[in-house]
Formats: sequence, structure tokens, C-alpha cells
Amino acid sequence: MSLVTVQLGQCGNQIGGQLFTTVLEDAYGKGGLGCTKKENTLYQDAVLERFFNAEEPSGETRMSCSQQVTPTARAVMVDMEPKVIQQTIQEAKKSGKWHYCEKAQFCQKRGSGNNWAHGYSHHGPQARDAVMDIVQHEVEKCDRFGGFLSLMSLAGGTGSGVGAYLTECLREEYPHSFLVNQIVWPYGTGEVIVQNFNAALTLSHLYQSSDAIIIFENDNLHKICSQLLSIKNISFQDINSVISQELASVLQPATSADCCRTNLPGELLERLVPDPQYKLLNVRTIPHTSERALAFSSFTWPGLLKHLRQMLIANAGMEEGVDWQVKVQSRDRRLSSGDFTSSLANVLFLRGKQCETADTSPFSDPRLYSSWVPRDAAFSVFHQPRPFHSYEKYASLLSNSQSPVGPLGVLVGKAWNMFASRAYVHQYLKYGIAEEDFLDSFATLEQVINNYSNL
Amino acid sequence: MTQSIVVQVGQCGNQIGCRFWDLALREHASTNKGGTFDEPLSSFFRNVDARYSEPLDIPVGRGREKICNLKARAVLVDMEEGVVSEILKGPLGDVFDHRQLITDVSGSGNNWAVGHMMYGSLYREQISEAIRRTAEMCDCLQCFFTLHSMGGGTGSGVGTFILNLLEEEYPEVYRFTTAVYPSAEDDVITSPYNSVLAMHQLTEHADCVLPIENQSLVDIFNMVNQAASKTSKISSTSKVKGGSTVTSDLGGIKGQEKPFDKMNNIVANLLLNLTSSSRFEGALNVDLNEITMNLVPFPKLHYLVSSLSPLYHLADVSLPLRKLDQMFSDAFTKEYQLISADPRHSLYLACALMVRGNVAVSDIRRNIDRLKPSLQFIHWNQEGWKTGLCSVPPVGQPYSLLALANNSCIRHTFTNLRDRFYKLYKRKAHLHHYTNVDGMEAGQFSQALESLTGLVKEYEQLEGTMGRVHEGAPRLQVAS
Repeated sequence: MSLVTVQLGQCGNQIGGQLFTTVLEDAYGKGGLGCTKKENTLYQDAVLERFFNAEEPSGETRMSCSQQVTPTARAVMVDMEPKVIQQTIQEAKKSGKWHYCEKAQFCQKRGSGNNWAHGYSHHGPQARDAVMDIVQHEVEKCDRFGGFLSLMSLAGGTGSGVGAYLTECLREEYPHSFLVNQIVWPYGTGEVIVQNFNAALTLSHLYQSSDAIIIFENDNLHKICSQLLSIKNISFQDINSVISQELASVLQPATSADCCRTNLPGELLERLVPDPQYKLLNVRTIPHTSERALAFSSFTWPGLLKHLRQMLIANAGMEEGVDWQVKVQSRDRRLSSGDFTSSLANVLFLRGKQCETADTSPFSDPRLYSSWVPRDAAFSVFHQPRPFHSYEKYASLLSNSQSPVGPLGVLVGKAWNMFASRAYVHQYLKYGIAEEDFLDSFATLEQVINNYSNL
Repeated sequence: MTQSIVVQVGQCGNQIGCRFWDLALREHASTNKGGTFDEPLSSFFRNVDARYSEPLDIPVGRGREKICNLKARAVLVDMEEGVVSEILKGPLGDVFDHRQLITDVSGSGNNWAVGHMMYGSLYREQISEAIRRTAEMCDCLQCFFTLHSMGGGTGSGVGTFILNLLEEEYPEVYRFTTAVYPSAEDDVITSPYNSVLAMHQLTEHADCVLPIENQSLVDIFNMVNQAASKTSKISSTSKVKGGSTVTSDLGGIKGQEKPFDKMNNIVANLLLNLTSSSRFEGALNVDLNEITMNLVPFPKLHYLVSSLSPLYHLADVSLPLRKLDQMFSDAFTKEYQLISADPRHSLYLACALMVRGNVAVSDIRRNIDRLKPSLQFIHWNQEGWKTGLCSVPPVGQPYSLLALANNSCIRHTFTNLRDRFYKLYKRKAHLHHYTNVDGMEAGQFSQALESLTGLVKEYEQLEGTMGRVHEGAPRLQVAS
């Protein structure tokens, strides 16, 4: 089963490049030493099928005899200015391990200027036909098509605006395919001044057309880089590596506990999004260590899982600084809904030695979940005995829980304040977005916050 | 890659423009060692085969063609010939195409009405033609930069006339104006009239204005000199690094070093840094349309206070390189601003930091966190920072920072201007020079004054919200 990745805007394209590299590095890396040769080959084949086109030597890869034909990523690159796409293609080629199909890109000359309306109303429709064409090509190349993964940011103009528009187009043209959007939540202290508007408008539109929205917050990732990975000068490349690693740990092949399902989007969505009103997902993984520290660390499944569970309930983004005082209580004893983070559904991925032996019962505790979720549907586990990257044991939790409520509330509050003063609104009105559209977006998001708060 | 066209008007505009082209060439020469005509170069220059009498334009293609002859994407306008002729005689003469020049003989006599009404209508066709020609040779035109002064006649009059023209004919292309405002001790008596009349045009028709004051430039220049002379006491061989774009002003005009040249260098640097992200690559690109999007919350409030740092790079080994954090702090001190105003004690509506060179995102964040407590931001834009990171540093420096702030302190500058205007206007001094010009009515004075007063009031109103505790507007309620 294959995934087609749609990379939107500067952020989306940079993460995309990093994701494919990470996925290949894992498939051909040290993890292979931790399992049998046969298992390793199966794994590599599955990874290649999922993310790459291995057989087709595209016309551009006219290689000298010393070079082999490298796999082509199943990706569609969209941006409104050419610099980033060029850079991403170059970096892929330089790695020598894989490359992009150069025809699978769409770019214009002028950017979207951080203006959601410009991206959505102006560039989106312009790009529609060409991009849908490229998407169709990529989908047709798949033997079995498993769904779309869209990579985008919320703060800018292209990723958010054009991304929202193209997601709607994808939904229209492929009504039965799975559509997962990975979004990057900007830093709280601004990268772009109008980011709150862009984010609010994007989220409300994505909520209508996407199947699930996986959120990555720059603030959390920054902390992971500085505190856990001890990186002194954190660049966006570091942050993108963390995102790629976390995403890969969820998307790389794994089998369910009863050994008959693999973790394809359809499976994951079935378990994680029982109700279309609850689509916000987030990822927590453990451990995060730098290469140097890895040699000196050893982990046990009970330890890792205990941390991961606490991270979930205490709404921590990483394994350091977790509030251990937060405890799960039964429904009737809860005084307010703000004690611990309630979940709708959780999917746990265990990768590494003896992962089948790990005790995952603490995650099936019914108190963790909302009362209307059927007991056995709330929690599932996927195993992969082959180690992930250089980690002997690696656990990731993909959850549909209350954690986005906090940041979302803050975002809507700030955007609402700005809207109340009508600041910057004229820039959006210039491109055909009316004040009613703003109000609609706010209403949608308030509803989402309400729903999640009452879990 | 998008292209930009520079329209330089009047003596001031052309002199700044001349410095700008010289520095731009120098910057590209240092990054583009192979002499190929690549994308960054094409944003301001075009490559031509000059063997033909009408030079043949060579497109960028894959960005690997060798440079034949570079021509600047510029239109030079002046109502007297002196300045433009000097430019053409100097080393930069080749960079300009003779069809891009529009000159007259007698000048505007420091009279906005003469510039705007008389010369405007006289040269409208020619100007429009020259701009159209330049615009056609652009693949994707993004922005017009207009350079002119506000106190004179040609710069302010013809300059704002061209602004009107650009808005009419190219409504989708952004218009950035770098305007040099007269200082209090300006020697042109009618400069307040010219400035206020031109301001009205800028408020209505420009997308973004970067006001500059001569006095601030002089102060900056003195500061650089002082520091340079201090180090020369320590070591006789040290001086401000030769090739540095801040101080070096050779080239452009033959002969004696003119006093305004060093000051114009600073403004030229401003333009280079502003456009660096749209020309070169970086981790966080900031295009020119993003600047207008993020820094202009209300249509008329598009005046940005700019500051550049560092202003000099001392090549002396015995002195430590100024630390990165120092660069950020400097950008927020009065001495590094190109206009005399006090943003620290006024209200920030928005602020953009354009960083060039080897700086990490975490450094920028750290400095923002450090500086934020001492700055006041308007309540609905508490985190109103826009950051841009370009990986190519300026010539001779490892990194640099351009801070653009939309701050209410600018109303003081405008109030001063209005007061000076009023001093003359209430006595109707020199008015007849203006009203005698065909097409000029007395009503335009009061209109311009009204517009300026309105602008100041808007800033004042926003500043009035400073310091008060704000509850957020009540949020939408949803049925549970």
C-alpha cells in the first residue's frame, strides 16, 4: 500500500525532504542488525512500497555507470516561489540515496506573502488543474493507493491558504481516499504576525475536508531539541528532523497485536477518529536522545511506557519536565474537567526487541477515555520487532485527546482579539475573503474547543 | 525569482540610487565569483548583449550564462541634468540604458506644484513609456522602489506623480517608497510645504514608506567615524574595513568624495538588506509582499521606522567582534535608527527583524525574548514579530540585522512637520509660487494638511490604548 505525500509551502517541502531521508535511513540503517535478514528485507520492501517508486528510472536520472538508479519519492511539491523546491530537490539528489521526480512540482514566481486569502482565493484556483494532474499521475503509479499525507504549516500563506484549498480539491476528486494533514503549529511568540488569522482560517477549513489533522508544535519541538538532544543552535533543520522522526515512527510498517493488520492510514483512522467532530491528533514519542548519549543509555519497556502514559495524562510534549502529580481519577470524582488529559482513542507503536512482551494494560484503563467510547475500541497496539533507527526500543503514541485544546484556545483568543480591532483584516478582504468567513471560522473552532473540553 | 524596479527621482533620489547600484554590484560580485548571470542578479539587473544599438536582452535561463553586460532595472528622472550626467560620466555609466533616463533642464525650483503638476503632465508619456519598457523586460515584477526626497521640488513633486502613475498602471505591483524627510534645520525654506503635499500622496498611494532623516544619517556617520578613529589610535594600520559596504563609497561618481555619499551608503544598505531575502536563499524567507502583509495593520499606517546594525565591521584583530546579542540590542537604540524617533517609549504595532548571515533561529528567538519586556506592543499584537533569515551575509560582515518597526512614535515626526508647515501656511508665505502653477488649487493645501492631521490622530488613538489593561473581546458562545 502506498502513500502519496503532498508537500505544501516552504515548511511542507522542507519537512518532506527530511521525512523521506529519515524513512530510508531507518530502512537501511542499523536497525537491520536487530532482526533476521528476512524480516529486514520484508521491512525494506514495505518501506519502499509505501513511500517510493522503486522500479521506475525516470528520464532525469541518466546515470553514469557508477551510479545506480535511486528510488523516486511519491511526492507532489507545491510552492508559490521556486527557491525552496529547488533546494529540496538538490538536497535529495546530493544524498545519492533517493530523488524527486522533477516533473512532480508546481511552483509560481511570486509567493503568497503570508496572506491566507491570497493563497486560498488566488493561488489555489490557479494551481488547481496543474496540481491535480500531478497528483493523479502519482496516484496512478501506486499499485495499491493507501491515502494522502499533506505536509503544511499554519502560519504562512502558501502552506496554509493553498494547502486548505488543495485539501478541499483532493477531497472532491478522491472522496473515498484517506486524507491526513500534518500541520506545524507556529511558535507562540510569533514567526509571522498574522499567523493566528492564517491558522484559524486554515484549521476551520481543514476540519471540513480532512480526515485527520496531526499537530506538531514548534514550541514543543524546540524544547525537545534544546533539552533532550542538547542542540545549542537550533535550526529549522533540527526541528524538521524531530518531526520526521516522530512521523516516521508512526508511519513505518508495523503490525497490529493480532498480527493481521498493518498501520496504514485507513486502519489508523478507523481507530482514532470515531466521530468526525474529533479530528485533532498528536504524536508523543519516547525516547529522544542524541547520538552520543545513546551509547550510554539503556531502556526498558516498563520504564518507557510508564513515562509515555504520564506524558499523555499530564499533557507533556516530551519526557522531561513531566508533572507526576497528575493522576487519573474516575469520572465521578473529577471536580473539573481540567485535571488530566482525557483521550478519545490511542494507538501505541512499539518498535524494538521484545516489544510483544511489553505490558500495555495501563493504556487500556477505561478511566483514561471518554465514557461514550466502547471499551475495546479505544486503545490498540502495533508492533514492529525490528528496531527503529539506532534506538533499541522506541515507543510512539498517536492520540486523539484533549491536548490541543490549550493551544487552540490561546490561538483563537489572540485571533479574535486582533479581529475585534479589525487589524490586518483589510489585507484579507483585498483578496475576496469577507468578514463572514472570519466569523464562520471562529464559530467552527469554538465548537471544536467546546467538544474537546467536554470529553 | 521576482524582479524589482528602482525609480530614482530628483537629486537626492539619484544620488542614493547611484550608491545603491554600486553597492548592489559589489555585493553580487562577492557572492557570485563565477561571473554567471544567476537568479539573484536578475532581480535587479538584466543581462544584455551590448553589441547591438538596441541591446539584446539575454534571459536568465538556467542561471548559468556568463555575464555580458549588466543593465540596471532602473528609471532615472530629474528635472535638471547635472546629477544624472555626472552619474553617466562615472564608472556606473554603463549600467544605465540611455532610454531609461528622463531629464529636463531647468529644475523644479523647490516647488512641489511645479514638479507634480507641470512636469508631471509634461513628461507623463515619457515616464510611462520608460517604466513600461523596463517592466516588460521583467519576468515577474514584484515591486517598485521609489527613491526621492520630500523637501525639494522634483523628488517630492515628480516622485509622487510617478507613484500615482504606478498605482494606476500597475495596481498589483507593490510600491515601496524610501523618502528622505527634511530635518528641522533644512536649508530649503519651502520644504514643509513640499513635504506635506507629498505626504498626502504617499499616504494614499504607497504600500509602504520608509522615512529617513538626514540628521540621523549624519549622526550615524559621525558615530562610525568616531569608532574608526578610536581604533586607529590603537593600531596605526587598522581602519574600517575597506570593502565594507557601509563606508566605502568609491565608484559611482568621479572626482572628489561628496559629503552626502557616506550618508547615502547607509540608505543603500537599507535597501540591500530589505531585498536580500527575496534575492538569496535562507531558512526563513521574507518576501517583500510579506513585509507589507505583516507590518501594515491598517491601510494608511504604513510608515516604518528602520534601523540597521551593525554599522561597521572593525577589521582590527585586537578588538573583539561585536557579539550577536549586541547587534540586536543596538538595533533598538536610537543611535542606529535612520529617523529620529523614540520607539522604546511609544507603542509598537508590529516589528520585523530581517537577519542576514550565520545566525540560528534560536539566537533570534532568544533575543526577541530578551528585548520584549522593554518594548510596548499593542494589546492585540503582543507577539507582533516577523522574522526573516537569509543565509548570505552582507559584504565584509558576518551578519547583519535590519529592524523595521511600525511604531506610533512616528507621529512626533509628522507633528513636527505639520507645525513647520503651519508656521508658513498661516501667513500664506510663498503660497503664490504654488498657486500660480497650472492645475494647483489652494484647496490642495488644506486637503494635505487634513490628511496629515488625520494620520497623526490615528496613531495617537492607538497609542492611547497603551498601558491600559485590556480584556479580550467576548468570545463567541457555542451551544453545548
